[in-house]
Amino acid sequence: MSHKIATIIKREYLSRVRKRSFIVMTILGPILMASLMVAPVILTQISDKTQEVGIVDDSGLFYYRFRDANNIRFTPLPSGIDQALELMRQGRFDAVLHIPEIAFESPSSLRLFSEKATNLNTKLYVENILKQEFEGLKLGAAGIDPEILRKVDTPVNIHAIRIKKDGLEQTDHPEVSMGLGFVSGILIYLFIFLFGSQVLRGVLEEKTSRIVEIIVSSVKPFQLMMGKILGVGLVGLTQFLIWIILTFAIVGTVRASMPELFHFTPDEQVFVTGSQVLNPQELQAQRDMIQQHDTQAGQIMQGLASINFPVMILSFIFFFLGGYLLYGALFAAIGSAVDSEADTQQFMLPVTIPLLFAFIMAQMVMSNPSGPVAFWLSMIPLTSPVIMMVRIPFGVPYTEVLLSAALLVAGFVFTTWLASRIYRTGILMYGKKVSYAELWKWIRHR
Amino acid sequence: MDILFRAEHITKHYSGHCALDDVSITVPRQRIFGLLGPNGAGKTTLIRIINQIIAPDEGRLFLNNKALHPSDVKKIGYLPEERGLYKKMKVGEQAIYLARLKGISAGDARRQLRGWFEKFDLMPWWNKKVEELSKGMQQKVQFIITVLHKPDLLIFDEPFSGFDPINVNLLKKELLRLRQEGATIIFSTHNMGSVEELCDDIALINKSRKVLEGNIRDIRRQYAGQIYDVELESLDTPMENLLDSRYQVISTSRNNGLVQVRVKSRERTGSNELLRQLIDQVQVIGFNEHTPSMNEIFIKHVT
Repeated sequence: MSHKIATIIKREYLSRVRKRSFIVMTILGPILMASLMVAPVILTQISDKTQEVGIVDDSGLFYYRFRDANNIRFTPLPSGIDQALELMRQGRFDAVLHIPEIAFESPSSLRLFSEKATNLNTKLYVENILKQEFEGLKLGAAGIDPEILRKVDTPVNIHAIRIKKDGLEQTDHPEVSMGLGFVSGILIYLFIFLFGSQVLRGVLEEKTSRIVEIIVSSVKPFQLMMGKILGVGLVGLTQFLIWIILTFAIVGTVRASMPELFHFTPDEQVFVTGSQVLNPQELQAQRDMIQQHDTQAGQIMQGLASINFPVMILSFIFFFLGGYLLYGALFAAIGSAVDSEADTQQFMLPVTIPLLFAFIMAQMVMSNPSGPVAFWLSMIPLTSPVIMMVRIPFGVPYTEVLLSAALLVAGFVFTTWLASRIYRTGILMYGKKVSYAELWKWIRHR
Repeated sequence: MDILFRAEHITKHYSGHCALDDVSITVPRQRIFGLLGPNGAGKTTLIRIINQIIAPDEGRLFLNNKALHPSDVKKIGYLPEERGLYKKMKVGEQAIYLARLKGISAGDARRQLRGWFEKFDLMPWWNKKVEELSKGMQQKVQFIITVLHKPDLLIFDEPFSGFDPINVNLLKKELLRLRQEGATIIFSTHNMGSVEELCDDIALINKSRKVLEGNIRDIRRQYAGQIYDVELESLDTPMENLLDSRYQVISTSRNNGLVQVRVKSRERTGSNELLRQLIDQVQVIGFNEHTPSMNEIFIKHVT
């Protein structure tokens, strides 16, 4: 009898894996994911066209403070604002900054003119410089040495250390855990939905094409249902594994072929090259900034290194399969109970709501991954696949993971039982609008 | 009589209504057995029970004098009323798949399918998707799948509905040939013409109960001897006045100067008694004992 399930699984698997849409998705997925990882790095390397900014400084206090920076070049203009605007119209400048005499007393009189839409980076950069200058002047007016302030301004970056039960210390990287947890949670959610609805459509196809009665004269309805659910599950697993392998392969290849792209160059260094003279204070400030940046980048690296990827991938596979089996059975039951895809709506809602709820709650769980909400949602089988995957990168005690896993197994055994009772009646029922009361009768029927 | 299949006291309730009420049938070996009844009588339910797709609430089933076992699906071939194929799957691949579910190895299935496909001129379609086939060709494929594993018992639920006339003839020919080769066939229908043409035995189910079962010739003979068609040269007085109260005149019509009268005998008096009463009074030209068609028997029982 079991070789019949194997035959069914094989058909369900092969018929999907050979589909063009599967092959396209399997190849496009990793390319998309890899480009999400690589593109930002490459994009920062591609410099925009340099913005030419003319400065008309009526106050004469600030123009020399504007040092050329990344993609922005400043040119002080001794002439009046009208001539400057004329030059801009002729195309000599992209923008003209006007600093009136009263700028210091009334900063709102500052103007940045441009012909095209104002470049946001330029505006932010100019604002930042002027802010610093105004602050410095004000501090001076109040009798405070700006250098003192600079010394006071200390970059703070806390290393979170978790002390494990066995007394070992481990540096925590909440940002990294958060990112990984979030991505895993979304992936589980998507996979369950994607492959769950494939089960639904498959069952519906068998019902509407009227092949189901031919098949159930050879195999038990339960075998047909399980064969389909397992076959589609294997398709999901295959896709996931190919994605993981290809994504790592693509990122690895890009990294190896263009190592200079991934060499870390902080933006602040560009600032340094633009200035001719560096006083010691400024140098110190740059150093602090670079150091801070480096440690952040280093921390992400450290964080990624501290994640136990085999455990992550294994638990992802387990919670994906568990959650998929739990929901897949329910999707199969829905497919068997209705006559067309349009009729699925009324039964879809109670199945999708817990999944959607888990997805929404994932945000809350991330901010407090060991709290009671996180704990309970990762125990309830309907939400645990998503929530547990969000929590695992933060580190979850093994006992909790095992308990959650056991409950999930119990959960899918129960939904499979429930679904098989609806399924065996539903697949042979045509042209009848089914209500919840009717489903309940099917479940109770001997 | 050699019995292939028996169903005893089958009862099946669905929530709210009774689909089968204490139904028993006996199917002799190497016969074509017609399962008759109006829509909703419970034919399909009984057929699904025989195929072990659903379980009866009560009753027992025997194949070859042994209780029906789940592994017996191999010995049964079933063409349901609601039938179809995977539209996107290739014809040959699909036929092999369905044969494998019946327990045939892929190699055997391929070999036997080749024979059938050649016989039905389907070979060029082996690698086509089912949706590219005409309805008639799909029906041929479904028929092949039903009989491929050489089952002892073949069950066809409304096989002629949806078949075009050419395929109906083909199917009839194949049914007779399969019986010749030793198969036993149950088929359900409400097309009484095909019943008279093909069936050896029938069971009639109405409103969840079996109302009639047996050899078709016996049944028709049993219902004969009640109605007579009499042709007279002329008729001056009403026919009723010529006969005693055991007879009832059903209809009188005139045609080409002759009178045709259909008479029903209430007490199975036999043809001679009727003739005796008529001969002295009118000139009898024709006399015929009417054997009812299956259609008449059917209607008599279900209305």
